[in-house]
Amino acid sequence: MLRYLKIYALLLRNSLIREMSFKANFLLWTVVEVLWFLGQVLFIDVLFSHIETLGDWTKWQVVALVGTHQVISQIFQAFFYVNLTQIPELVRTGKLDVYLTLPVDSQFAVSSKQFGVDNLVNTLIGLAITGFALSKLGVSPSLGGLLLYGFCVFLGVTVHYSVMCSLSTLCFWIIRAQGLVYGYFNLFNIGRYPDSVFKGAFRWVFTWVIPVILVANVPARVLTGVGAHPFEGAAQLAVTSALMFGLTRWFWQRGLARYSSASS
Amino acid sequence: MISVYYQVFGIGLQDTFVYRWNFLLRSLFSVIPLLGTIFVWRAVCEQGAGLSEYNLSAMVFYFVGVMVVDNLASPTEDEWRIAAEIREGHISALLIKPINHLLYRFSLFAAYRFLYSLVTLPVVAGILWLMRGYLHLPQHILTWPLFALAVTGSALIQFFIAYALAMLAFWILEVSTLIFILYSFEYFLSGHVFPLDLLSPALQSALQWTPFPYELFFPVQILLERLDAAAIQRGFVMQFVWVCIMGCTARFLWTRGVRKYQAVGG
Repeated sequence: MLRYLKIYALLLRNSLIREMSFKANFLLWTVVEVLWFLGQVLFIDVLFSHIETLGDWTKWQVVALVGTHQVISQIFQAFFYVNLTQIPELVRTGKLDVYLTLPVDSQFAVSSKQFGVDNLVNTLIGLAITGFALSKLGVSPSLGGLLLYGFCVFLGVTVHYSVMCSLSTLCFWIIRAQGLVYGYFNLFNIGRYPDSVFKGAFRWVFTWVIPVILVANVPARVLTGVGAHPFEGAAQLAVTSALMFGLTRWFWQRGLARYSSASS
Repeated sequence: MISVYYQVFGIGLQDTFVYRWNFLLRSLFSVIPLLGTIFVWRAVCEQGAGLSEYNLSAMVFYFVGVMVVDNLASPTEDEWRIAAEIREGHISALLIKPINHLLYRFSLFAAYRFLYSLVTLPVVAGILWLMRGYLHLPQHILTWPLFALAVTGSALIQFFIAYALAMLAFWILEVSTLIFILYSFEYFLSGHVFPLDLLSPALQSALQWTPFPYELFFPVQILLERLDAAAIQRGFVMQFVWVCIMGCTARFLWTRGVRKYQAVGG
C-alpha cells in the first residue's frame, strides 16, 4: 500500500511539472471554469426568482449542491477521467501490454497515468462557491460534519470512478466503447440537480443502478442540513460505492482475462 | 462551380457515415439530460404560483425545440477540425486547389448536420412520441417556412462563428480554450439551459444585440409561436445582420490568416 502511495506521489509530481510549462493555457482554463460557474448561478437565480424552494431545497442550498457537484467531478477529472477514457484506445491498439508488464496492479497502472492540475484549481473554485453558499445560509458546520462531508465526497468520486471504469472495461468485449465512455458525461450532469425533483423509474435507476443522483446530493445534504437524516444518506452512499467498486474490480479482471493484445 | 461543392457535400456524407453509431449513441445519451431538465422544470411548475410565462407543456415543448434546432444547426466538431488542419499544415493541400475554403468547409458542415439529423431521427421521433402529450403542431401554416428560415440563419451564424474561431489558429497554437470560452457564453445565453424570456427585462434587451439569441432561442420561439409579427420581423433583421457580420469576420480572418500562413516542414 505504502509503495503504491509513493508511486502515485511521483506520478503527480511529473504531471505538475508538465502542466506548469503551459502557464497561460492553465489560467485560461480557469477563466472557462469560472464563466461556466457564473452561468450556472445565473440559472439558479432565474429558477429561484419564480419559486421559494425546489423540493426541500432552498436557493443557497442548491448553490452549495452545484458547488459540491463541481468539487466531486473536478477531483474525478483531475485523477481519473483522461486515464479512463484512454483505456479503449489502449486495448484496441494493444498498447495495454506496456501496463501489464509493470510490476504494479494493472488497474492501478491504467487509472493513474496522468493527472490534471487545472482540475484541482477548479476544485478550489467549487469549494469557494460552496463555502460562500454556506455563509449565505448562515450554516457553520462542525468538524464532524466537515469530516463526514469529505468522506462523502470521496465516496462520490469512487462512484464516478467505478461507473466510468466499468464502461471503459466494456471495450474488452466491444471495440467501440469510446462512445459509451463519453456518453457518461451526460449522465454526470444530472447529478447537480436536487434529488427531490426526480420521480419514478428515472429516480430509481439513477439512485440504485447508476447512483449519479446520490453522488453530489448526499454530501450537499450532509453539509447544508437539507432533510433530517444525514447519516442515512451517507450510509447508503457508502454501501453503494463499495459495492460498485468491488464490481468494477471483478469486471476489470474478467475483461483482462479476455485480452489477447493486438497482433504485432 | 456549384457541382464542386455538391461533390464535397457527398464526400462529407461518406466521411461522416463512419460515425453513425457514435451519433446514435450520443443522441441516446443526450435524452438523459433532457429528461433531467424536464424534471427540474416540472418541480418548478408544480410550485403553484410558479412561472407566469410558461406552463409545463410549453416548457417541455421549448426544450424539445431546443434539441431539434441543436441537431439541425449547431456545429459539433467543425472548429476543432479546421483548427487542426491549420495547425498541422494539412491546409496547404487545400490552398493549391481552386476552391473557396469557406464554401468547402460549409459543404462539409452541411453534410455533417444532414447526416446527424438523419441518423438521430429515430431517437428524436421517440422523444416526440414520448412527449406527445406536451407538444402540439403549430397553428399557423406560415410557421413552418419561418422556422426553416430561422434555423438556416442560426446554422449560418453558428458556422461562421466556429469558422472565425478556428481561423485564430493561424496566429495562436492552442485555440481550444478560446473555443470553450465562447462556448460557455453560447451555452447559457442562446437559451440552452433556460428560455431567455425568464431573464430580467434589462438583461433580455441587452442580449437582443448579441448574436446568441438568434442561434437557438429565436428559432425555437418561432416554432412555439410565441412571437408577434413585429417581433418576428425584428428578429429576422437582427439575425440577418449577425449572419453578415460573422460571415464577413470569418472571410476577413481567412484572407489575413492565409497571408500569414507558413507551411512548416512537409
